[in-house]
Amino acid sequence: MTSELSEKEVPKVESATSSSIKRIARFMGFRVIMLIVTIVIGVYATILIANMGGYVDTIMRNNIRETTIMEVAQLTANKAIAPEARQKMVQDMIDLEEKRLGLDTPFVIRSFNYLWNGLRLELGRAQYMVSDSGSRTVRLILLERLPATLLLMGSSQLILFFVSVFLALMLSRSYGSFWDKLVIALSPTSAAPPWFYGIFFILIFAAILKVLPFGGMVDSPPPDTTIGYALNVLKHLILPASSLIVAALFFSIYNWRTFFLIYSSEDYVEMAKAKGLNARDIERRYILRPTLPTIITNFALLLIGLWTGATITETVFLWPGLGRTIFRAIGYYDTAVIVGSTIIYAYLLAFTVFLLDFVYALVDPRVKVGGGNN
Amino acid sequence: MNSLKNALREIKRYPSAIIGFIIVMMLVALAIFAMIKIPYQEAIRLWRGGEEVWYMNPKNAPPVWYNWFSKDKLPESFVVKAGVDEGFTKVVTTKPDGSSTIDFEYNFTFDYDVFPPEVFLYFNTIFDQRQPFASVSMLTPDGTEIMIGDFGIPTKYTYRFSQDDRFITRINRIMGREMINPVEGIFAVPQSDPSVPLKGDYKLIIKGVTFEEGSDIDAEFVFHGRVAGWFGTDHNRRDLSVAMLWGAPIALAFGLLAALGTSLLSMIIAAIGAWHGGWLDELIQRITEINLVLPFLAILIMVGTFYSRSIWIILGVTIALSIFTGAIKTDRAIFLQVKESTYIEAARAYGANDFRIIFRYLIPRIIPLLIPTLVQAVPAYVFLEASLAVLGLGDPVLPTWGKVINDAETFGALYKGMYYWILQPAVLLMFTGLGFAMLGFALDRIFNPRLRGM
Repeated sequence: MTSELSEKEVPKVESATSSSIKRIARFMGFRVIMLIVTIVIGVYATILIANMGGYVDTIMRNNIRETTIMEVAQLTANKAIAPEARQKMVQDMIDLEEKRLGLDTPFVIRSFNYLWNGLRLELGRAQYMVSDSGSRTVRLILLERLPATLLLMGSSQLILFFVSVFLALMLSRSYGSFWDKLVIALSPTSAAPPWFYGIFFILIFAAILKVLPFGGMVDSPPPDTTIGYALNVLKHLILPASSLIVAALFFSIYNWRTFFLIYSSEDYVEMAKAKGLNARDIERRYILRPTLPTIITNFALLLIGLWTGATITETVFLWPGLGRTIFRAIGYYDTAVIVGSTIIYAYLLAFTVFLLDFVYALVDPRVKVGGGNN
Repeated sequence: MNSLKNALREIKRYPSAIIGFIIVMMLVALAIFAMIKIPYQEAIRLWRGGEEVWYMNPKNAPPVWYNWFSKDKLPESFVVKAGVDEGFTKVVTTKPDGSSTIDFEYNFTFDYDVFPPEVFLYFNTIFDQRQPFASVSMLTPDGTEIMIGDFGIPTKYTYRFSQDDRFITRINRIMGREMINPVEGIFAVPQSDPSVPLKGDYKLIIKGVTFEEGSDIDAEFVFHGRVAGWFGTDHNRRDLSVAMLWGAPIALAFGLLAALGTSLLSMIIAAIGAWHGGWLDELIQRITEINLVLPFLAILIMVGTFYSRSIWIILGVTIALSIFTGAIKTDRAIFLQVKESTYIEAARAYGANDFRIIFRYLIPRIIPLLIPTLVQAVPAYVFLEASLAVLGLGDPVLPTWGKVINDAETFGALYKGMYYWILQPAVLLMFTGLGFAMLGFALDRIFNPRLRGM
């Protein structure tokens, strides 16, 4: 009897797993296709915008014509040369430069070339920008700036995230206390962006107190020793990092605190309290556990947000990061760099979004992959 | 109506809401005051006019209230026009042969501890053949009369004291040394080194002579002090009060229009999507996801660099990029709930069309939730405009707070200690941000049932 029963049961389980595998596979396939479509359209839209639908070509053509005419005028200033020959020289040089920049193929074709290359992560070469090491490869230009941005954004955003989640948990325990009220009262301060606090910090610590540098990443000339160099960078990091932190801190704490409070007023938490579980256990098992997906999502989005840098804060503090590189690239009409950075961001975002679906299922038993999507 | 009353009663319980409300109202008052005091065209003229408009002001002078806090009193700038401003008298005596003498006198008090950087006279004359002539002198408090200069006056003429060689020689003799700033010599105790200010009443005397009938002289006395106006001046001698006052209506207009446009449009689109369902809903969702990939700030910078820095274009692009964001998802979730309500079913039963259901039944339901979001969104847009200006992409014509910060940054105001230049617009921006944020926060806690009592 028992063997029969077990024999009967086995195929049932198998079919259940195989159907869930099928469900997951179907869901994954659908998700991947959707994400790829999103990336393709998003990146193509960025290419169109970064070229202003081909308008940048006109700007660049005019620039080339102007500089070439001036160049030729200088070259032939002291030479007797027939106007036709000069005209031809100008035209030849213009053609050569337009060919170099690829302006001789129509924009529509080029835009699809950009897209195809971009999607294969072949970011190509910058038109005007040069990396510090002298390369025109977009990948190198971006990679060279990545450490500076990761240092600034990474340190500030990680501190911000963990400090605010930790403080919020503490505050949600002492709801209505003085500190709680203080955080609520201070949260409107986050209406101002980081660069705004940056200006005040520069004013106080650099201009008046003269204890920290106005900007930059390292003194010039930089210190010789590695330790000296690191300390010097750290000194330059304090102001920009703290303005990034301070600008968002109170609102972030407030948000997390409210979020935790909503979960800690659930019935099962009350039940746990009534059972007499200690506060730590309640916090870990009944409050943190169900809020974990949200915490993870926020953390993941924070991590990919590091890639974009903080354009304006980096500009105010003269921090040589990615944000400022993009800003400079726009100033040079260097679309390859702009599009390159967007493509990487799009891939990072899509990959994270895709991964998060599975993370949810892992940390939250109530969520089924591919379930509840319809 | 009743619920509105209840909401108002609730608002009174939140001191931050009241403070925020007062700040917002003060900003609105400031904006209205600015628009009435300095009409738009006048503001643009004052801000973009060029040297002709700005000559009256000294360069980079802090505001007058600087004197309240500093031990050494800095001289205040002033400009007086003969015959127009009180105290600057003009007496014309005509002789039978058509020539006339025109005597100008102006009494002023100098009791400051620092010397003015520059003093000059601005003449406007009418004549046919022969230029009028003027001799200028200054009567100091100790009774001596310092001869400043005599010269013929063309139709439009600016006489700068410090650029007259004969005046410099005379002053150097009085002071007994080479003066770096000759104007200092007029207001200093003779022979003092370093110069000690001679405080007291001064009298400017201009003796003018014209040689033709109908010929006339008009004089303007421009005294460049070390402080000027209530807001100081910038590197272009522009009076910052224009930008500080006009910054308010521009910031409010940009912030409110962007917040209103974004939240209204995303609400309507969310409502249509939720009501219609199917492919339309799906399309809206997909657009939102694509929009997430687009680099928002980079696109704004690109539009500013490649296309136009006009504030209205930037506003349009900002709204367009902000419609399909998280807000649309939140709104959609609420609409999907409301859609199932019985009163919607009733409306459908009596044959209400889609348009009517969306705009009369669905949307009004979430307006209470919309208000706090809208108010809270304002500071973000106000600061966005300022951020773009700080990157050098401010509107080329309008005087805004962000552009003043950008100018100050570019000219190293913080390095050079000209803190007023950066602090004034920053404080105004901060007030705007705080006012709306505090009000919006309180409104959120009142209207959002999830947050009630938290």
